[in-house]
Amino acid sequence: MTQAPVEQKKTTAWQMYRAIVGIGAFCAILIVGVYMATAPQIKINQERFLASAVSEVLPAAVLTQAVALDDDGQLVVVEENADLPAFLGYDAEGNLVGAVMTSEAMGYQDIVRVLYAYTFENQAITGMKVLETKETPGLGDKVEKEPHFLANFEALDARPAADGSGLANEIVTVKQGEKTEPWQLDGITGATITSVAIGHILNISAQVWVPVLEREARAIPAPQPPAPLEPTEEE
Amino acid sequence: MALKPVSPTDEFVKGLWRDNPVFIQVLGMCPALAVSNTAINALAMGAATTFVLVMAGLSVSLLRKFIPKEARIVSYICIIATFVTCVDYIIMALSIELHRALGAFIALIVVNCLILGRSEAFASKNKPGRAMLDGLGMGVGFTFALLFIGIVREVLGSGTLFGVSMFPDGFQTWTIMVLPSGGFLAMAGWLLIVNWLRQKEDDAARRAAEAES
Amino acid sequence: MKDVSYWSIFLNSSLINNFVLAYFLGICPFFGVSSKIGTAWKMGAAASFVMLVASVCAFVINIILDIIGAPYLRIISYILVISSTVQLVEMLLKKLSPPTYQALGIFLPLITTNCAIFGLALFQTNKGYSFSQAFVYALGAGAGFALALVLMAGVREKLDLANVPQLVRGTAAALVVAGVLSMAFMGFAGLG
Repeated sequence: MTQAPVEQKKTTAWQMYRAIVGIGAFCAILIVGVYMATAPQIKINQERFLASAVSEVLPAAVLTQAVALDDDGQLVVVEENADLPAFLGYDAEGNLVGAVMTSEAMGYQDIVRVLYAYTFENQAITGMKVLETKETPGLGDKVEKEPHFLANFEALDARPAADGSGLANEIVTVKQGEKTEPWQLDGITGATITSVAIGHILNISAQVWVPVLEREARAIPAPQPPAPLEPTEEE
Repeated sequence: MALKPVSPTDEFVKGLWRDNPVFIQVLGMCPALAVSNTAINALAMGAATTFVLVMAGLSVSLLRKFIPKEARIVSYICIIATFVTCVDYIIMALSIELHRALGAFIALIVVNCLILGRSEAFASKNKPGRAMLDGLGMGVGFTFALLFIGIVREVLGSGTLFGVSMFPDGFQTWTIMVLPSGGFLAMAGWLLIVNWLRQKEDDAARRAAEAES
Repeated sequence: MKDVSYWSIFLNSSLINNFVLAYFLGICPFFGVSSKIGTAWKMGAAASFVMLVASVCAFVINIILDIIGAPYLRIISYILVISSTVQLVEMLLKKLSPPTYQALGIFLPLITTNCAIFGLALFQTNKGYSFSQAFVYALGAGAGFALALVLMAGVREKLDLANVPQLVRGTAAALVVAGVLSMAFMGFAGLG
C-alpha cells in the first residue's frame, strides 16, 4: 500500500470552497434522505406508543380526541399533539367515558412525568402511568411497581368543587397505611419524596383540568371519522 | 506499523484487543459508562457507534483527496454529525422504547473522541476498504467493552441478563451497580483485569526474549 | 417547565445531576486534567465559560430551526455553531485580554468538542427551558463540572503520595475515586 505523499503545495481558496460546499451537499442529501425515509415509520411508532399508553390508563376508551386548553382556559380541539397532550376518550358508541392528561413536576432526582386518566362516571382518577423518571432504581421506581400504591388508582376521588374553581378535595399523599379518605394517596415508605411528588403532580394538573373537563368536555363532539385507537399494521 | 505491510484481518483484529478503544485507549468513555446499565442498551449503543464509525471511515477515506488539510476537522465533524443524525432517525424508526432508553446519548456519539480520532488518524490516510475494516474492528471492540460493562451492571444491579432473571427470588440486587457510581466501579474492575492480563502477556514476552538471548 | 425555580435548576445541574458524576459527560478532561488542583480550576473555569456560550448558541439555534422547520439539522448545527463560536471567542480573548487567554486559552480547543458542552445544549433543549432558565442551567452545570474536577484533583494529588500497587495506578484508580465521589454526590438527591 502506498501512502499519498504529503502535499506541500498551498491549498487554494477554490479547493477549500469546493470541499466545504461539496461536503455540505453530501451531508444535506444524506440527512434529508434518511429523514424522509424514516418519517412515516417514526410517526406510526409514536402513535402506537401513545395509544398503548392511553389504553393502559383508560382501557374503556376506544376512540380518542386530542384537546388542549387555550389561553382563556377554554377546552379546544387540536389537530397536532401539544407538548403535554390531553385526550378525551370515548367508548365504541361515542359516549364520553374519560380523559387522559399528562403532567410533570420535580421528583426526588429529576423531572417525573406521568400520564393519568380521569373518569367522568365516578369523578375519579382511575389510572396512572409514569412516562419518564430517573428516580433511584429500587427506591423511587417503586411508584411504578408497588401494588398498594397502584391500588390508589382504582378510584382516586377527584370531584370538582361546587364553584368549579378546582377540586373539592386536594389530592395529597399520606404516610403508608394512613389513607383514610378517597382523595388521599397511600404513600410508600422508602420512596416518600417520589410518592409525594406523584400526588403533587396529579393535584396541580387535576386542579386545572377537572373543572374545565366537567364544564366543557361534553360539548365537544365525538370524533366523527372513528380513528382506530390501535393503529393497524398498514405501512 | 507503517513499515510492515499489515494484513486486512489484522486491521480488523487490532480493535478487538490490542488497541481496544475503551479498555486500552480509554476513548469514548461517556457513552460507555452512561448507557451501560443494561446489556441491551449497551449492545444498541455499540451497534449505533459501530455504524457511525464504519460509515464515517468510508466517507472520509473516499473523500480524502478532495478535502484540503485546512478544512479537514470541520469536514470530518460535518460527516460524523450527518451519520449520527441518520442513526438517530433509524433507531427512532426501529423502536421508540429503545430511543427513549438511550435518550440524548445517541446524539452524543457526535462528540465521541473515538470516531473523530479514527477518521483523523486512520481513515484520512488509508484506502476505503481498510478504513471500513478499521472502523468495524474498533466498533466491535467498543461494543464488546460496552457489553462487558453492561452485563456486569445488569446481572449485579438488577439480577437479570437481557431482561431474563438470573437469580432465585431471594437475591438482593446491588442497586449501586445500576446507579452512576456503579458504572465507574464496573469499568475500573474491567480495567484492572485487562491491565493484569496485559502485564502477564508482557512478562511472558520478556521471559521468552530473555530465554532466547 | 415554567414553575421550576432558578435555585432548583442550579442545584439540579450542579449537584444532584452533576454532569460528570451522574451523566458521565466530559469524562475525558475529567481524567486528563484532574491531576493538579491549579489546572483543574482553570479547566473548570474555561469549561463553565464555554458552557454559557454553548447554552446561548443552542437557544438561538432552536429558535431558527423552529422557524425554518428543520429539526433534522439540530445535531449538525449545534456542533458547528458551538465549535466556531468558541473559536471566535478564543480569537477575541487573545486580542482583548491576553492574561485571561494565557490562563485559559490552551484549554478552549480541548473543550470545544467535549460531550459536556454538547450534552448541555441537548439537555436544555429536551427540558424545554426558557432563555434565563437555560442560562442558570449552564451556570450550574459549569459550577458542578469545576467542582467535580477540583475535588478529583485534590484526591489524586494525595493519591500520588500513597503506595498504590502498580497495577491499579492511573486510570483504574481514578475510576474508583470517581465511583466513590459519585456515590457521595448521590446524597444530594432530594435537595431541589
